[in-house]
Amino acid sequence: MTWDTEFAISIIPRLLEGLAVTIQATVIGYLVAVVLGLFVAILRRIDYIGPVVFVVFEFIRTTPVLVQLLFVFALAPASVEPLTIGVAVLGVHYAAYTAEVYRSGIEGVAKGQWEACRALSLPPWRVWGAVVLPQAIRKVVPALGNYLISLFKDTPYLFAITVGEMLFVANAIGTEAFRSMEAYTLAGLFFLAVSVPSAVIIRRLERRYAAV
Amino acid sequence: MEFFLNRFPLYLDGALITLLMTVLGSAVAFVLAMVIGILGTLRNPVARAVATVYTEAFRGVAALILLFWFAYAVPQITPYQLSPMFAGVLALGLNVGAYGAEVVRAAINAVPRAQTEATIALNMSWARRMWLVVLPQAWAQMLPTFGNLIIELMKASAIVSLIGVADLTQVAEEQRSSSGETVLAFGSALVMYFVIAQVLIFGMRLLERRANRRLGRAPAGGGLLDLLRPPTPGTKVGAAK
Repeated sequence: MTWDTEFAISIIPRLLEGLAVTIQATVIGYLVAVVLGLFVAILRRIDYIGPVVFVVFEFIRTTPVLVQLLFVFALAPASVEPLTIGVAVLGVHYAAYTAEVYRSGIEGVAKGQWEACRALSLPPWRVWGAVVLPQAIRKVVPALGNYLISLFKDTPYLFAITVGEMLFVANAIGTEAFRSMEAYTLAGLFFLAVSVPSAVIIRRLERRYAAV
Repeated sequence: MEFFLNRFPLYLDGALITLLMTVLGSAVAFVLAMVIGILGTLRNPVARAVATVYTEAFRGVAALILLFWFAYAVPQITPYQLSPMFAGVLALGLNVGAYGAEVVRAAINAVPRAQTEATIALNMSWARRMWLVVLPQAWAQMLPTFGNLIIELMKASAIVSLIGVADLTQVAEEQRSSSGETVLAFGSALVMYFVIAQVLIFGMRLLERRANRRLGRAPAGGGLLDLLRPPTPGTKVGAAK
C-alpha cells in the first residue's frame, strides 16, 4: 500500500472537525490553567495552607497527565462528558506549571513595592490587585504563552478517554478504511500548521516583553 | 496498603518498563540534542537549516501522534513493523531531542565570546575548542533544563501504554479493571511515578553540582542533604555570569 492522495483529501473535513474539538479543549483548558494557576501561586504564600498546596501541585506536576486523565475518567460518573473531564484535568495539570510561572513573576517584584504597600497600609486585595500582580503578570506573559502551545500538544491524550479530537478521528478513520498513513500524517501536519506559527508569535512577544 | 503490597511485584515490573523507556528515550534525545544543537551553532547555512527544520518539526508535533505514526502508519507503506517499545523510544527521543537541541544551541551561544577568541588565539582546533572550553561551560548551563526535560520524557512515556507496552500505566489500567479499585489502582501508579520523578530530580541535582564544581562555581561545603532542598531563588545554578 502506498500514499493515496484522493483518500487523503476525502478525510480532511473529518480531521478538521477533530481539530475544532482539539482547539476547543485547548482554549478552555488553558483558561482553567491560567486562572487556577494564579490562585495556586497566591495560596502558596500563605502560612500553613501554602506548603500543602505546594505538595499537592508538585505531585500533579511530576506525574503523567495521561494517568491523571484515565484516573478521573474512571472515577467520574458516566453522565459527565469526557470532554469536560479532559478539559478539567488538563487545566489542573497545567495550573501546576502556570503557578510556577506566576511565582517567579511575583518573586521578581521589587521588595520596595511590598514595603510601600505596607507603609500605605493597603488592604491585601489592593496590594495584590493594584501593585503586585500588574507588575508580575506583565513579565510572565511569554512564559505563559509557551504553556498554551504545550497544552495544545497534550490534547491528543484526550484520545485515551474517548474525546473526539483530531487523533481520535484519525484513529477511527484508520480502523474503518484499514489505512492509517494518510490520517496520521495529516493529523501531524495539522498540528504543525497550528503550533509552528503560534510558536513564532510567542517568540516575537518574548522579544518585545524581554526588553522591559 | 494491602492492595498495593499484594500487587507490588506487578507494579514494580511496570515501573521498570517505564524506567527503561525513560533511559532509552533520554539516550536518543540526548544524542540528537547534542548533534542538532551543535549543528545549529555552526556558520554553515545548510547545517543551520537542518537544525531548524528538525527542531520546529519535532517540537511542533505531539509525541502521541508521532508514536501512532511510527506504530501504525509506517508499517502501511514500508515493510517494517516497528516493535511497540522501539516506536515508543523513537517517538519520545525525537520529540524531546528537539526541545533539547534548542537548549544546547542556546547554552553554547551563551558561552562568552572571549572564550572562543582565546582558543583561536591559542590555535586550538574546532574539536579541542568545543571539547575543552566551550562544552564544559555550556554543560553546566544545560543541565537544569535537561533535568526538566527528563521528567517530561518520563511522564510522556506513559503514552506507550496506548500501543500495548506493559508500563506502569498499563499495569494500573489492568489492576483497575480486574479489581475495580480505581483509586487504589491508579493511586499506586501515581505514587510510583512521583517517586521515580523525585529520584530523577535528585540525580540531576547531583550532576549539576558536579558540573559547577568542575568549573569552580559551586559553593563550598554543603552535604548531600542540601540537594533535597530546592535551590533558593536568586542563586541560579549554572548561570554563567
